[in-house]
Amino acid sequence: MKYLDEYRDARIARALLAEIAQNVHRPCVLMEICGGQTHTIMRYGLDELLPKTVELVHGPGCPVCVTPLETIDKALELASHPEIILVSYGDMLRVPGSRSDLFRVKALGGDVRIVYSPTETLRIARQNPERKVVFLAIGFETTAPANAMAIQQARQERIGNFSALVSHVLVPPAIRALMTSPDCRVSGFIAPGHVCTVMGYEEYEKLAEDFRVPIVVGGFEPVDLLQAVLMLVRQLESGTAKVENQYARSVNYRGNVAAQRAVEEVFEISDQKWRGIGVIPQSGLRIREEYGDYDGSRIFGLASITAEEPAECISAQVLQGLRKPTDCPAFAMRCTPHNPLGAPMVSSEGACAAYYNYRRNLVRVEG
Amino acid sequence: MCLAIPGKILSCDELGFARAGRVQFGGIVREVRLDFVPEANTGDYVMVHVGFAISKVDESEAKRTYELLAQMGALEGELPANDPETSS
Repeated sequence: MKYLDEYRDARIARALLAEIAQNVHRPCVLMEICGGQTHTIMRYGLDELLPKTVELVHGPGCPVCVTPLETIDKALELASHPEIILVSYGDMLRVPGSRSDLFRVKALGGDVRIVYSPTETLRIARQNPERKVVFLAIGFETTAPANAMAIQQARQERIGNFSALVSHVLVPPAIRALMTSPDCRVSGFIAPGHVCTVMGYEEYEKLAEDFRVPIVVGGFEPVDLLQAVLMLVRQLESGTAKVENQYARSVNYRGNVAAQRAVEEVFEISDQKWRGIGVIPQSGLRIREEYGDYDGSRIFGLASITAEEPAECISAQVLQGLRKPTDCPAFAMRCTPHNPLGAPMVSSEGACAAYYNYRRNLVRVEG
Repeated sequence: MCLAIPGKILSCDELGFARAGRVQFGGIVREVRLDFVPEANTGDYVMVHVGFAISKVDESEAKRTYELLAQMGALEGELPANDPETSS
């Protein structure tokens, strides 16, 4: 496919690897933010092809992984009511809540449905006027415009039986939180290409300046990621710390203004809890007062549900790039994608699942 | 989750509130919302995420980046291969 195949060209990837090896003279720790990028790195083994001096650590950019336990518990509570149809993106179904997951609730008779696009939820609502349809609206800035548009459209078309249980997170405040942590080892960031497609990269300039850290907006194919690594290595070796855009075929400085407008119309910035990390100030989106009739958490009075995270799972450290999934004693033993202890083992973009899918044999040989 | 896939717009429709179109991804054609890419038209490539186009692919930027990379690859191809194994 055009705009995909050429960025999987092994010859170009080898040339980039050689160029990186020539340019890097001191150790560096680079973090890719987005789970999609983590998945590509593991799938193509990029971390193992890079010189030993370049260490890749994986960031908190898997929305399924950072959706707080409370939100899952709220969804479970809703899904067990016979008058409610709970609609979700597929990855959310196996995410463990405090006591169960959506798959199990579905197996016990809960009406849980999977959609590819939020607009399909509106169709379900139109077809079931006697039921209440709740959409589990999660995601980063990439997904927020589509979710906002579904809520806007529900109001426009007066679909009264539709609401959204929202858990939206924002990348720049998370980078700020990571950088201010005393344990932080990150010397450069690969910023998430599709988040920046929507938001642009103006906000990242302040981060690069405040923390003297180079940031390269990167794509999702192996050649994209290697080029982003090369750009970061060149900046680090020359002592610069600015924002560069490797993914210019999709990202421009201002981002997608029409998409941003849809988000601003429906959502406002709020403090947000991240699973495994805790509350990060001003790092999420909630539904504005004007759209309160579509706010599932408000309609169903779910605000009081809280939850404690299990102690055995080390996903908090994995999501901050402090430890690798293979450091966890439960990895590939008590915790697998079929029976996950923590969310990063659920989504194919979660760091633990990516290691499980592409690296577990290595662990077994070593172990 | 933040995956977005490039596809080619085959046709565009204005549907009152919404703007939508048929978009081809390899051998598959799907209905895609084009509300956020008012500048994109039939024949253009768009990046699609959860059924919505979030950008029109910038062909000149894509060409510029790719030419730079292809030059690098071509140069590498002239050198003796030191590692016959490639990732896939």
